[in-house]
Amino acid sequence: MTAFFYRRPALRLSLLLSAPLLWLGLAYLGALAALFVTAFWHTDAFTGQVVTEWSLDNFATLFTDAVYRTITFRTLGIAVLVTLIDAVIAVPMAFAMAKLASPRAQRILVIAVMTPLWASYLVKAYAWRSMLSGNGVLSWLLNPFGIEGPGYGVTATIITLSYLWLPYMILPVYAGLDRLPDSLVDASGDLGARSLRTFRSVILPLTFPAIVAGSIFTFSLSLGDYIAVKIVGGTSQMLGNVVYDNIGAANNLPFAATVATVPVVIMLVYLAAVRRTGALDNL
Amino acid sequence: MRLSRTARVTLWAALGLGLAVIYFPLLVVLLNSFNADPTFGWPPSSFTLEWWSRSVTNSGALHALSTSVQAGLAATAIALVLGTMAAFALQRYRFFGRNPVSLLIILPIALPGIVTGIALNNAFRTILGIDLGLLTAIIAHATFCIVVVFNNVVARLRRMGGNLEEASMDLGASGPTTFWLVTFPMLRSALLAGGLLAFALSFDEIIVTTFTLGTGMETLPIWILDNLFRPNQAPVVNVVAAVLIVASTVPVYLAQRLSGDTASGGRL
Repeated sequence: MTAFFYRRPALRLSLLLSAPLLWLGLAYLGALAALFVTAFWHTDAFTGQVVTEWSLDNFATLFTDAVYRTITFRTLGIAVLVTLIDAVIAVPMAFAMAKLASPRAQRILVIAVMTPLWASYLVKAYAWRSMLSGNGVLSWLLNPFGIEGPGYGVTATIITLSYLWLPYMILPVYAGLDRLPDSLVDASGDLGARSLRTFRSVILPLTFPAIVAGSIFTFSLSLGDYIAVKIVGGTSQMLGNVVYDNIGAANNLPFAATVATVPVVIMLVYLAAVRRTGALDNL
Repeated sequence: MRLSRTARVTLWAALGLGLAVIYFPLLVVLLNSFNADPTFGWPPSSFTLEWWSRSVTNSGALHALSTSVQAGLAATAIALVLGTMAAFALQRYRFFGRNPVSLLIILPIALPGIVTGIALNNAFRTILGIDLGLLTAIIAHATFCIVVVFNNVVARLRRMGGNLEEASMDLGASGPTTFWLVTFPMLRSALLAGGLLAFALSFDEIIVTTFTLGTGMETLPIWILDNLFRPNQAPVVNVVAAVLIVASTVPVYLAQRLSGDTASGGRL
């Protein structure tokens, strides 16, 4: 029997692939496809049942209704800001990890950055909720300087999301900087460039793909989020909340599917745009 | 590398500050679980163990914990089988459509959770006509756990090569014997690491779970979210959060010990 299988690699391969492909290819992709087909249907106003008539009405509502436009731009704005904030914080941290720390310290630092990734998402969002509350830690820290805490709202959402996704940015940037040879930085110094110039002309261009790789996570995760904004966002809504409310309270699955296409399309456009930087090889 | 003293100091300071910001909120949660003030006024005026004793007898939280463990174990088992199969197929063979298949494996964690959640919710309820329950949540969790196992096993297969297996076959061992005596022992720690991380991922998941778990059932994250906005439950929620923070270090630590293959253990 061993010989039988040994001589037939194609058979072995198809046996190995069959179950994973049935699960992911058929069940999961099938479910995704069905969802996006639903986006072109609508629900009957009286019975609440899904009517399988093809139309672009849902998309028309999405694009013409000012409420949804505001929410889309707010979500996009939050995702962009979160990505920028994380990049600005992550690059110096990753640089110190990759270029200043000893090999032993590097391993410990990587684990230190990685461990909070596994701490519950909800716990971290919750931590910010209690820190941002009126009598919480932030007010206690800021009030002596005469600064008010941000309270719950869009600012709080941006802070919380930046916090949640920061390790997703640090780790790829660290890996990218780790690959960057020290000699290039030294050469730049030898040729008379100051630190800032070396950073702008040598380090940043070479680590840009890694930063973009990190931004894929921060951007995608922020676009789809609806729980952090529920916990610290006060009454502000993001695209995820619209999807959630349409599934639950409004019982309008077709419109939820329509709204859900927005983050997916934005992500696909983003992925296509960054493909040329080579970021996808840095994942 | 030569850097000016100011640059060095600034970069170290940035790293230290960044790590402080990462860990500070988690420490606040840990401290607040002893904070005697039920609204968590800061700084804490006095400390108490009351919230902890109240939590260990909280039936809602305990029930949710058991649901979470069941879902996590079942999803991990499925992910171990499917992830390992996919890892062997993609690492050991070159075939048409290999890249799309590897993309397909990453897709469930690359797409926003809410998309995966409502897609599966729609498939279960309207296409297949299955009532949501624990089983549907397990299926959903397994879908995004596959990638974690896959990453760990692929990394191990890449490092281990095929020589030992060929030697075993040359010495007359059959395919199954070679698998049990040669391949499996070398994969064991990678499987354990992948399984642990898959369990952790499932245990922590909330968005997909919201859409695929039956009504009236709760996993621990869903219990937390449900109770988050109830002021008199806040101390108990905080204790559960503190426990989860401490517990989350276990899979990371063990996975590091078991396999140094992938730095992030497949979370990225």
